[in-house]
Amino acid sequence: MTQDRLTVPATATTPTSGGDPAVRVAGVDKVFTGRRGQVEALHQVDLVVDPGEFVSLIGPSGCGKSTLLRLVADLDSPTAGTIEVFGKSARRARLDQDYGIAFQSAGLLPWRSVADNVELPLRLHGADGATRRGRVAELLEMVGLSEFAGSFPDQLSGGMQQRVAIARSLAENPRLLLMDEPFGALDEMTRERMQSELVRITSETGAAVVFVTHSIPEAVFLSHRVVVMTPRPGRITGEVDVRLGDQRDEDLREDERFFAAVTAVREALHGRPTPASGAHGRDLR
Amino acid sequence: MRGTAVRVGAPLLLGVLALAGWEVLVRGAALPAYLLPPPTEILGQIRAIWDGLVDATRATGTNALVGLVVGALLAVVTAAVAARVTWLDQMVAPLVAAAAVVPIVALAPVLSNMFGATSETPRRVIVALVVFVPVFLNTLRGLRQVSPVHRDLMRSYAATPWQVTRTVTLPGAVPFIFTGLNIASSLAVISAVVAEYFGGLQNGLGSRIASAAAQSGYARAWAYVAASIALGLLFYGFTLLLERAATRRHTG
Amino acid sequence: MAVGSVRWRPVALGAAGVLGLVVLWEGYKALGPAEGVTVAGQAVLPRTTDLGMPHVWDMIGRALEPATSIEGAAPVWLAVVQAALVTLGTATAGLLLGTVVGILLALLMQRFVVAEWAVQPWLILSQTVPLIALAPLVVSWGGRLQLGPVQWETWMSVGVIASYLAFFPMAVGALRGLKSPEAAHTDLFRTYATSWWTTLLRLRLPAAVPYLLPALRLATAAAILGAVVAEVSTGHKGGIGRLIIEYAQSGSADPAKAWAPIAGAVLLGLFAAGLVYLLGLALGRYRRQEETA
Repeated sequence: MTQDRLTVPATATTPTSGGDPAVRVAGVDKVFTGRRGQVEALHQVDLVVDPGEFVSLIGPSGCGKSTLLRLVADLDSPTAGTIEVFGKSARRARLDQDYGIAFQSAGLLPWRSVADNVELPLRLHGADGATRRGRVAELLEMVGLSEFAGSFPDQLSGGMQQRVAIARSLAENPRLLLMDEPFGALDEMTRERMQSELVRITSETGAAVVFVTHSIPEAVFLSHRVVVMTPRPGRITGEVDVRLGDQRDEDLREDERFFAAVTAVREALHGRPTPASGAHGRDLR
Repeated sequence: MRGTAVRVGAPLLLGVLALAGWEVLVRGAALPAYLLPPPTEILGQIRAIWDGLVDATRATGTNALVGLVVGALLAVVTAAVAARVTWLDQMVAPLVAAAAVVPIVALAPVLSNMFGATSETPRRVIVALVVFVPVFLNTLRGLRQVSPVHRDLMRSYAATPWQVTRTVTLPGAVPFIFTGLNIASSLAVISAVVAEYFGGLQNGLGSRIASAAAQSGYARAWAYVAASIALGLLFYGFTLLLERAATRRHTG
Repeated sequence: MAVGSVRWRPVALGAAGVLGLVVLWEGYKALGPAEGVTVAGQAVLPRTTDLGMPHVWDMIGRALEPATSIEGAAPVWLAVVQAALVTLGTATAGLLLGTVVGILLALLMQRFVVAEWAVQPWLILSQTVPLIALAPLVVSWGGRLQLGPVQWETWMSVGVIASYLAFFPMAVGALRGLKSPEAAHTDLFRTYATSWWTTLLRLRLPAAVPYLLPALRLATAAAILGAVVAEVSTGHKGGIGRLIIEYAQSGSADPAKAWAPIAGAVLLGLFAAGLVYLLGLALGRYRRQEETA
């Protein structure tokens, strides 16, 4: 989709076949040791995300979807198994800044203006002033917040704060975006608008995305592929290929194929056999 | 399990090491006594002057206790009135704010003029004034902290103002009053000791520390310091127990 | 708009509060018994003689007159201001020392959790005990201690006492502040692979400002209290603490004079608190959370 404020960053990578996958998770277990004994948060998880692919992780609370994302981001380490990001270890990928990340809370620093928040990763990694200014202007335009550059986070609505956080996660043109329920705290209307914007932005940048959510329509609207997880122990139990095409706009939410995909994901979640539909699911149990 | 052991062990170990290090350093480096007498010598002094120590502690402790009780009572009552009467609150607010940043013990000499130099009252007045500030501020904060849900609920019950005070406002304010009392209990002892440095009767811990130091009785001075530390802990511990008793009754 | 009328009300009522104190003073002095009120041998209300309770206007008048009968002596108020400035200087030196040491200790505790476990209980304990009782002992270092080329001077004792009173609130406040960033922020900085030092500079210190300012407010008041008390127990000349004792000793002959240095100590406390308030305004950008919360 083309809009007049569309800006494609010069260094954006396009989805390519061949080479290393964006994320490769193989045989991962994660056990947390708490006061009441051990909790198996993830059990034998395998997952591959291709470059440029948008993958949602969906499942009820406690299914380990956020834990899996944190492992990919090297915010936690797996108990067993391996995690690779673009063929490197998760730790190496973090040190090399191969991904951008957004959390459920926008996590903006309250003492920095909107522009200064977007600029943060660039400044921390030593980009020069002119580069920083140019990139910040570009990003703020991309998320439609140019006129709020000088505002402070507490002056913005929740949706606007989340857009700033997304701009910040895109600051260094990452080829991989990790998003942990970034729209979870927003109202339904803001949420749908943000989803449309995210579809546009990721198609502009061509980054692979791992997106954690517990909303079925959100996962279906955004993703190429929806990965279904169940708790106790957290594991992957199904996958639904959505493939609703790149022309995703508001009309799609009323489309038959959309409903069919929603049904497929719902049934994968509840563990019933999926009927034939536009989207096809696989039960991995 | 191991975490708990480290949590308890680490501060104990640090305390023992500090005491042992103190002893070894003072003995080994032969530090002059005015700088730091060794702990064993202080302990010996505590034994030697035990009776005098108890008397001085009792004198200072009584001043601190009387001041604490009077100051805290006045503070709670004033806060309760100020919470209801806005203009009174606004009249008192700048005075309390000023009292919070001002060295109140400096009043000791003029209070001696007012009440007589042979009276215990000046010191008790000082303690009461010092105690008043944190208790008043915390009580007022507590009385204003009524959650909107509770207020709406009481309104829907058409409760009278007195019912609201008794069922919602006061119980909600109790933890805040105790926060103020915790701070105040330490301040009471500190200011009771310090007020003695400004002259007046020579019967308490503060004046004994000063006169021992002036006569080069350094280990003796440290023995009185140890007694004032014990007194401070006694007051603090007592308010903690009081708080536990009061809050248990409220939650139970 | 009603803004104007809303803003003058607290100011007027505040002034009325101060005035009320004066009226209470003079009213009791006019009506109360000359020898005060004694209940069961304990003085409960003060004497109302001119010796015990001088008129407020006498206090003010005395402050404008020369301090001593010596020809060309400075007026009392000037002597008080000079003494207050000396004390302010010593208290500031102590405050700086206490703040630096307090923040360094907080950094150590933030970095190494074992250090926090070992030190924290002592830190809390030490706030409940009268450490200031040590003042006469630290004072006895004066003129005797030699640290290399530096001769220990009495004003340094005063500064040290001020600094250790300032130290505790700073250490506690700084630790709380350094640990205040939420998980989303610390996670974010971890994903940026920043060093401990950069995280400190860009995240922990800015986030600690709302905790450091109230700590500084407490520390400032404590440093001034420490300096005044130390001056009293040293007899260190030049400061306001010494002046309080000196003027009080002339009390029976000149009761109104004793109030001038006390007013000076009060103004000193207010002035220092005002400076901290201004610092808070200058750091407004780091306190946005606090204001919206």
